Amino acid sequence: MDLKTTYNYSVVRKFSLMAVVWGIVGMLVGVIIAAQLLWPELDLAPWLSYGRLRPLHTNAVIFAFGGSVLFATSYYVVQRTCHARLFGGWLADLTFWGWQAVIVLAAVTLPLGITSGKEYAELEWPIDILIAIVWVSYAIVFFGTLVKRKTPHIYVANWFFGAFILTVAILHIVNSAAMPVTFWKSYSAYAGVQDAMVQWWYGHNAVGFFLTAGFLGIMYYFIPKQAERPIYSYRLSVVHFWALIFTYMWAGPHHLHYTALPDWTQSLGMIFSLILLAPSWGGMINGIMTLSGAWHKLRTDPILKFLIVSLSFYGMSTFEGPMMSIKTVNALSHYTDWTIGHVHSGALGWVGLVSMGALYYLIPRMFGRKEMWSVPLIELHFWVATVGIVLYIAAMWIAGVMQGLMWRAVSPDGTLTYSFVESVKATYPFYAIRLVGGLLYFSGMLIMAWNVWKTVASGRATDASIPLATPAHA
Amino acid sequence: MSDFTSGFWSLYIGIITLVSIAACAVLLQSMSRRRVSTDPENTGHVWDEDLVENNNPLPRWWIWLFWITIVFGLVYLSLYPGLGTWAGAWKWSSAGAYQQEISQAEQDLAPLYAKFAGKTIPQLAADPQAQAVGQRLFLNYCAQCHSSDGGGSKGFPNLTDRDWLHGGEPENIQASILNGRTGVMPPFGSVLGAEGVKDVAHYVRSLSDLTVDGVRAGRGKVTFMQTCAACHGPEGKGNPAVGAPNLTDKTWLYGSSEATIIETVTKGRTNVMPAHKDFLGEARVNILASYVYGLSHPEVRQ
Repeated sequence: MDLKTTYNYSVVRKFSLMAVVWGIVGMLVGVIIAAQLLWPELDLAPWLSYGRLRPLHTNAVIFAFGGSVLFATSYYVVQRTCHARLFGGWLADLTFWGWQAVIVLAAVTLPLGITSGKEYAELEWPIDILIAIVWVSYAIVFFGTLVKRKTPHIYVANWFFGAFILTVAILHIVNSAAMPVTFWKSYSAYAGVQDAMVQWWYGHNAVGFFLTAGFLGIMYYFIPKQAERPIYSYRLSVVHFWALIFTYMWAGPHHLHYTALPDWTQSLGMIFSLILLAPSWGGMINGIMTLSGAWHKLRTDPILKFLIVSLSFYGMSTFEGPMMSIKTVNALSHYTDWTIGHVHSGALGWVGLVSMGALYYLIPRMFGRKEMWSVPLIELHFWVATVGIVLYIAAMWIAGVMQGLMWRAVSPDGTLTYSFVESVKATYPFYAIRLVGGLLYFSGMLIMAWNVWKTVASGRATDASIPLATPAHA
Repeated sequence: MSDFTSGFWSLYIGIITLVSIAACAVLLQSMSRRRVSTDPENTGHVWDEDLVENNNPLPRWWIWLFWITIVFGLVYLSLYPGLGTWAGAWKWSSAGAYQQEISQAEQDLAPLYAKFAGKTIPQLAADPQAQAVGQRLFLNYCAQCHSSDGGGSKGFPNLTDRDWLHGGEPENIQASILNGRTGVMPPFGSVLGAEGVKDVAHYVRSLSDLTVDGVRAGRGKVTFMQTCAACHGPEGKGNPAVGAPNLTDKTWLYGSSEATIIETVTKGRTNVMPAHKDFLGEARVNILASYVYGLSHPEVRQ
């Protein structure tokens, strides 16, 4: 293969296949902890206990599955839309092996109970340093490719990928600042309410940039490609891009309503979360309206179904989020399973479905095929996953609102009407429904793995060549 | 306000917030024009063979949505705290809101608790309405440690038997809840040594007729008289004045096995019942005390 005239598909292939593997691992752990909530006796050993597996689940689905999808798609998209091979030669491969090492280290240390205790940033300092090295390499490869592009303009998907890469680097480095005590133990550089604020500035922007901006980058390439339609509005993408990345930065305090965080900080978190609604919906409008004139394709193309339904879930959860950031609503929803429902409507519905749609587009092209081994299996995956999501989030919504109402119910003598354990007992049926939803979503992933296996086995690793001349532009 | 080390930071927050919201508005306004310089059907940009962009105007309803959130934000910041030390026109604060809710609740509940004022604890124990309130209070504040039937658990006394560490008279129970109790058994491991502790453990077990090694129990008795009798009494019957348990009955707070008693003597025990005076107030505590009293005096309950 000629390194000068072909795209670097090798690293894209590796990341996309590992995305499927980590998806299965992460969702399996999710199913296990959902079962543990229903049957607490499944806490069989310390390293299999809920408290250690829960961070393993979140790390595996967000950073192992989601991260691998983002690496694969951003490397593919930046090359295809810049008409240039990835910058940095072996550096791209280093990001692959480095990221896999981070994932394996996480999978070992978290069950052992090695944790810095910061949500979504549990990994201890030596792993944090490895993440920083991988991430800086990622930035060099990505932005280096942008610099050497042969196209006059930077495609909108790359704005989002670029914002995601840059911001995650800052978030990770600032929030993970810590004083090591031993090789596997460190303490945060911040204390008290400042630590909480830095943590949720990080936490909410992990959602905003890792799980939103990055996946909007995916949306902006794979929807117009799969639908074969132009992006609806360039201007809309300009407004919503800048407004989104700017406003997200302020939203973190809504995780700390009614805490020791000063009132003024809570207010700012709330109003910027509300202002975030329109910019978030801008992406949804732009993606869905891209289909105008091609709506009929939704009937026959299961990949488009994945992509478009993911945007519907995106729209739903980015409406729900600002509503939950309103303090009076938050007073009911906070600490309940409503939050879990909200997160999963975003994670399963938006991030998961858009990733799967993109992988179904990407994988056959990586292996010299026009489409996946079986298109009906994509359709089956879509329906199994969608039913799973609906069961999951509906169960968690009902459970969450019920818990919120039970916790605040007061008898005429001023005592709480329900003890905490009564609310746990009332939640049991919903934990069962959630487990069924999760199992369905997980089985969808197994269907995908089978389809990917057959596609890879019947195809041949192929690298596309880079177009020689820059296409004419106005 | 102590949130800021100097007035500068308050100003900094206020200005940066307003400038940021204004920036959103300017960005939105600048892109809201209906007329577009380029052809709405095509920006002329092409990527990757066939990726092109239209340049449709922003949807009207979306522009309005954006404006509404911006205006809401500004109105909210004028009414509530947000812009640095500016407290907002309504002077709202979360601490103030909490105080207001608490005093409102106290006011609403006052007539209910007034009905029980002036009654003795046994009288309250005989009052079904007071007992209904008492049970709810117990489930809210006591059941976590003493379990929902008052049966207790390891380290947390059973309240339904007639065995009391600090006395079971109504006023003792009331005092336990109001002021809390701290029961301390000091550690004797280093004083007595492993063998000495084991001897004492055998003697203690012999007090309630459990199987023991007679030789050890004999040696342990000597140590007991010198060391333990000060609190537990020469006969091991305990002393409610210092909360020292009776060792001759069948009631054990931590357990009667040899290993458990050795652990108790070696490391000591510290048992804390928190004070509820400031937290619940005397009216509620009286009702709680009557409920606890009734648990071991079923004859007074109706």
